[in-house]
Amino acid sequence: MDTPMADTPMAQGSPTARQAPDLARLRSRIASAERRQKIFAIVGVLCTSFAVLVLLAAFLDLLFDGLPRISGDFLTNFPSRRAEQAGILSAWVGSALVMLVTMLSAVPIGIGAAIYLEEYARKNWFTDLIEINVANLAGVPSIVYGLLALGLFVYQFGFGESVLTAGLTLGLLILPIVIVSSREALRAVPIHIREAAYGVGATRWQMVSDHLVPYSRGGMMTGVILGMAEAIGQTAPIITIGALTFIAFLPPPPIGAEFPFLNFEWLMSEFTVLPIQMYNWVSRPDKAFQLNAAAAGVILLLMTLVMNGLAIYLRYQVRKKIKW
Amino acid sequence: MAAINGAPNAPVRVDPTRLKHKFTRNLKERGIEFVLMFCGLVAVFTTIAITVILVYESIGFFSFVSVWDFLTGTIWSPLFANPQYGILPLISGTLTITVIALIVAVPMGTIIAIWLSEFAPHHVREAVKPALELIAAVPTIVFGYFALLFVTPLLQGTILPDLPGFNMLVPGIVIGVATIPTIASLAEDAMRAVPMAMREGAYAMGSNKMQVALSVVMPAAVSGVVAAYVLAAARAIGETMIVAIAAGQNANFTFNPMESAATLTAYIAQVSLGDLEHGSVAYRSIFAAGLVLLVMTLVLNVGGHFLRRRYRKAY
Amino acid sequence: MVTTNTTRMTGAIKAEARDLSFYYGDFKSLKGISMALEEHKVTALIGPSGCGKSTFLRCFNRMHDLYPGNRYEGGIDLKPDNVNILSSDVDPIEVRMRIGMVFQKPNPFPKSIYDNVAYGLRVRGVTARSELDDRVERALKAGAIWNEVKDRLDDLAFNLSGGQQQRLCIARALATDPELLLFDEPTSALDPIATGNIEELIGEIKKNVTILIVTHNMQQAARVSDYTAYMYLGELIEFGETSGVFTKPERKETEDYITGRFG
Repeated sequence: MDTPMADTPMAQGSPTARQAPDLARLRSRIASAERRQKIFAIVGVLCTSFAVLVLLAAFLDLLFDGLPRISGDFLTNFPSRRAEQAGILSAWVGSALVMLVTMLSAVPIGIGAAIYLEEYARKNWFTDLIEINVANLAGVPSIVYGLLALGLFVYQFGFGESVLTAGLTLGLLILPIVIVSSREALRAVPIHIREAAYGVGATRWQMVSDHLVPYSRGGMMTGVILGMAEAIGQTAPIITIGALTFIAFLPPPPIGAEFPFLNFEWLMSEFTVLPIQMYNWVSRPDKAFQLNAAAAGVILLLMTLVMNGLAIYLRYQVRKKIKW
Repeated sequence: MAAINGAPNAPVRVDPTRLKHKFTRNLKERGIEFVLMFCGLVAVFTTIAITVILVYESIGFFSFVSVWDFLTGTIWSPLFANPQYGILPLISGTLTITVIALIVAVPMGTIIAIWLSEFAPHHVREAVKPALELIAAVPTIVFGYFALLFVTPLLQGTILPDLPGFNMLVPGIVIGVATIPTIASLAEDAMRAVPMAMREGAYAMGSNKMQVALSVVMPAAVSGVVAAYVLAAARAIGETMIVAIAAGQNANFTFNPMESAATLTAYIAQVSLGDLEHGSVAYRSIFAAGLVLLVMTLVLNVGGHFLRRRYRKAY
Repeated sequence: MVTTNTTRMTGAIKAEARDLSFYYGDFKSLKGISMALEEHKVTALIGPSGCGKSTFLRCFNRMHDLYPGNRYEGGIDLKPDNVNILSSDVDPIEVRMRIGMVFQKPNPFPKSIYDNVAYGLRVRGVTARSELDDRVERALKAGAIWNEVKDRLDDLAFNLSGGQQQRLCIARALATDPELLLFDEPTSALDPIATGNIEELIGEIKKNVTILIVTHNMQQAARVSDYTAYMYLGELIEFGETSGVFTKPERKETEDYITGRFG
């Protein structure tokens, strides 16, 4: 360490004599910095408002064009070459069926993977491999999932352009979201709950299924809802699979009148979904079809916003209730 | 039980059925673990499947088209009578739109992040963050409708009367706005991770909030903030519906935002909507385009991931 | 409660706390402290954990203003212009431009060594390169670190060792010629050699700056300070010349603490 030099100007004289003129200069510096800060704060508010306003504008634009078109007929008609008679029946039924398959595929696998990663996996290259893949898949563009589906499900497995293909594809697409949310939910359960379960002689699986999963239900459901909200609006992968855009029929009903009452033909049926129907109408130059697109969009947006709102609300409730 | 009646040294008889239960219980546990592990492996299988399919079909594609022509050709017309397979028009379309999107999203997203992290009062922050999440949740097809039927006419009617119906500017702007929440949220996380002690050091020197935010917090959070930009770019590149609807289908080798063009993603969508003969060159071309797309987004995502790990390690 | 008898001080008074109380929300953490700091002398604050010494220190540069829910009562008068720096009419930023602080854990900015020291100067509007170079050099010399860093001023400050970083933080605080320099346990995160360096440094810089130092280490207070204040549970128990406080404390509580009977 050096010795501080005694002959530097700082070492001489009392600083107090210098204060009076300096204060005025200081104050003007502070004031100009204060002005710049005010401007920055205003810019910040403006940018935030802009983003929110664009959302509002998009929503209102859609609503304005589309709301008048929504009616009972619209919801129960098939698409038609005549815009006024067209409806979204096949589209929303298709969406519902696809969502069912998506949920049935993503939820067990996603939660299972999350449980494995959090409770069973040891710290080795194998676990790293899985985690890296989950992280990577979150960043893969949705249309690449469509290409995967085309090559694998449609042709290789021979599922064709069906509800099953779409459901599995979207299930894979939302898998990262479900895994990440479920892992967070599991992690939030404190270790002493686990230890208490082990302490009374539970096996690992008993501990997980009887204790962890019930406690982390809220967080997991949040993840599932967010995943489903994302899946319902997906268009690109469904296009790539080859979902036809003009479907004027419904898939066969899952519940039949004869034994065995439950059939699975609907899984292999051709189909359409709400975003595809909207895309089909938006591309037409005819203004009447564009209004139809807006109406479909309103319904789609409403469903998405409701699901996201539900997830946000759930997450808030879960956070509040935690009193370990 | 034997110990209660007998001498202290009498052996305790173990009920043999307990051992049997233990065996099946262990078996069951191992079985469950295997099932769960399989669930985890689905992610790995998915990656492998994506890679294999894209590469396999691309190899088939490159038996028709030379890699050199593919990478350097400036005409992309696979569906014409005399098909050309130069990918540069798709790349120029993708890059132009991505750059426009970043020009919109980076400044605004960053400013919003700084404002939320350093300036906004707590209750405002709690209200704004969900609102931003909702923007990110809007299906892109809705933004596509908005871009084509609201923003383009708006610009045509006001400041850009010569704007063609299909162009790159509008989808770029709309993608930018849709990406603002990503940047704002990730950058804000990075800024909040900066310890209070560093801020106090700057305040103690007589700084005001903005000076602390810009000269201390931002540099300290820089790797996290840049990671946000990189991840946003990856999302913009992978975006399909907004460009498919509003940018046109014209594979045009141009960087002029006022022209219509096609991106990698829009091309794949366009071809898929038509009649695709399985195994044809046109069919394979979408996998080749998909491979290029995947490589671009993968590089960015991995880069962003490493940058985020760097800022997490620092604090 | 003790009122300082200022006639015991030989020099001018730099700052004086007047019946200062402080509330964290509803909790009264400081209870009516009155104390004077003599110019160009080192005053040490000692006491067991939780006695309020850091809280008291941080009143001097209005650090508490950064966090919501706090309240001051009483005042601190900065001489010679006799302004009450706790008054709501006084801008805390202005106070912090006159009163500097060195923190417990070295907290250099994520910038180069040069830019760390120049930061305070730039905030005050000094932009001329030659003047900045000059004052940065003087400050680094005053912080006893110039020879170690003069060839690598553009290096990141994070690359310095803990002790070096703390001397850099001292240089940074000195660069702007503060009237009063606050030290909040500056050596508790450092090894003994670095601690010794800093104590020696404090002895040198007090020739130009008034110093108020909080320390949990009584021996350090005895080595470094001219005056010592003993605090307990938010009250000032005893204040006096260091030699007197440590050899012949006036209060039994002080004696108990100094002889290690508790705390």
